[in-house]
Amino acid sequence: MADRLPEVRMLSAGERGLVVEMGNLISPQVNARVQRLARRISQRNVEGVIEIVPTYRSLLVYFEPLSISRSDLAEAIWQMLASEADVETAEKVGVNVVHVPVCYGGEFGPDLDYVAQHNRLSVEEVITIHSSKPYLVYMLGFTPGFPYLGGMSDKIAAPRLEKPRAKIPQGSVGIAGTQTGLYPVESPGGWRLIGRTPLKPFLPGAANPFLFAAGDYLRFIPISPEEYHRIRREVETGAYRPDTHTVGVESVSDDKNR
Amino acid sequence: MIKTVKPGLLTTVQDEGRWGYQAYGMPVAGAMDRYAYRVANLLAGNRKGAPVLEMTMLGGAFEFQKKCLVSVCGADMQATLDGARVPNWSAFSVPAGGVLSFDYALAGCRTYLAVHGGIKVPLVLGSQSTYTRAQVGGMEGRPLKEGDLLYLGSDGRLGGVPRVLPEHFVPRYDQEIRLRVIMGPQDDMFTAEGIKTFLEGKYTVSNEADRMGYRLEGPKIKHADKADIISDALPEGAVQVPAHGMPIVMLADRQTTGGYAKIATVIGPDLSLLAQGRPGDIVCFCACTDKEALDVLRSEEQRYLDLQRIFEEEQFFTWMES
Repeated sequence: MADRLPEVRMLSAGERGLVVEMGNLISPQVNARVQRLARRISQRNVEGVIEIVPTYRSLLVYFEPLSISRSDLAEAIWQMLASEADVETAEKVGVNVVHVPVCYGGEFGPDLDYVAQHNRLSVEEVITIHSSKPYLVYMLGFTPGFPYLGGMSDKIAAPRLEKPRAKIPQGSVGIAGTQTGLYPVESPGGWRLIGRTPLKPFLPGAANPFLFAAGDYLRFIPISPEEYHRIRREVETGAYRPDTHTVGVESVSDDKNR
Repeated sequence: MIKTVKPGLLTTVQDEGRWGYQAYGMPVAGAMDRYAYRVANLLAGNRKGAPVLEMTMLGGAFEFQKKCLVSVCGADMQATLDGARVPNWSAFSVPAGGVLSFDYALAGCRTYLAVHGGIKVPLVLGSQSTYTRAQVGGMEGRPLKEGDLLYLGSDGRLGGVPRVLPEHFVPRYDQEIRLRVIMGPQDDMFTAEGIKTFLEGKYTVSNEADRMGYRLEGPKIKHADKADIISDALPEGAVQVPAHGMPIVMLADRQTTGGYAKIATVIGPDLSLLAQGRPGDIVCFCACTDKEALDVLRSEEQRYLDLQRIFEEEQFFTWMES
């Protein structure tokens, strides 16, 4: 039997669901362990595993219980966790940083002025702070392709709208409390909208339908309305390729993120 | 080709669901009642995961351009073929120009219409299931509307012959639904009294019951402390309990993640019963072990195998006699 790590819990989620909980907090370190384990389970091609859903601090493994028993699956995962330390040094994988162009303010960001006033900052300062560093995609959920981002500065935090908007345009970038995010598809929502990206993070018909995955980082790049429209046209024809860089993990982490 | 003469209340193309993309926030969708869905395809001589029509509460009317073998399973929507009643849980032949009509469901709420060869719609992320909230899959990502033309696929496995399903394979849709659950993943966030309430209480299906989930009303389930968790993945059948203490059972169109504590998970085979539940029906939960759940799952699989064997034997004898 593999060694049990005290901070890890294995929980039941129905006869074909196993939850591996790696802690009970939102932190880049815990999330990195979640992503790493998700990657290892899929690389191992464990017989009977159907699908893996990584989230902030746990992952749900769907399995076929008539092919693999819960205890065999759990034991296989405990073994992967026990050898995690060796892998960490050997693996040294980089992270993807996806550049997301954003046109701030104006018709695209009707709440940018509010966010500035609320924090006694100028509009330019809000834009500079918001676009100054990459944000970790902790997980995707809510709607297809919706990223739960972490690491936004509390200098530009703003409360949600008291009355949510019925329709938020696709691509809108917003702030809710100390969270920031973007809407991959049109949906209702209560976030303060500060800008819009011409990108479509969810394209159901495309070969790669999702622009980013859990574990990636997003970096917002300020653009002008003219650039917005130009990039949008390229996105519509499928010609636009967003800038994606693979960098060492140390270049995206800062003390604020930890 | 099939023409939609009347779409019904909510009719969508569904298959076994869009598995493999929950990590990207893509809900699974798929047939709500997997038993009726799978039997419908067996009766129609289709492969296991062929796309069918799922109708809800009030069925539609469909005109067939050419002769076709079809099957109807699930809630009894009083199907008629050119005005004459046809039995539910059966396969039959529709002549060219024939109109197959459905009315409101007598018991249960979802009916599956399988056509030999399957309904042909584009494959999106590996599935033909409709997920209306993001306009993905099925007929342009939406429920059917009047005038929609449905093309037929080539998913037929066996020939398929007209037949009525043996009586003991037909489930009963009662107004009292008993669901077996496996406790967890967050049952430790409830008081002992809260868990007792959940397992002994009688809950009523509210009006907010759809493909995404069923909100239930009844005795309040007490949390030990708070109701919110750091959002994590929502398995099918998850019973979420927000701070108000009323359970919500998450179903086919559920969001992939959620932030409420999940007291238990309804076992897969029992979800078919809940999928046929309507507002006002009574639901009660009873805890079972992993082993018990596997026994139920095995016997469900055995039923499909038995049916397949019966149909193949019938087919063989029909062929011998001809």
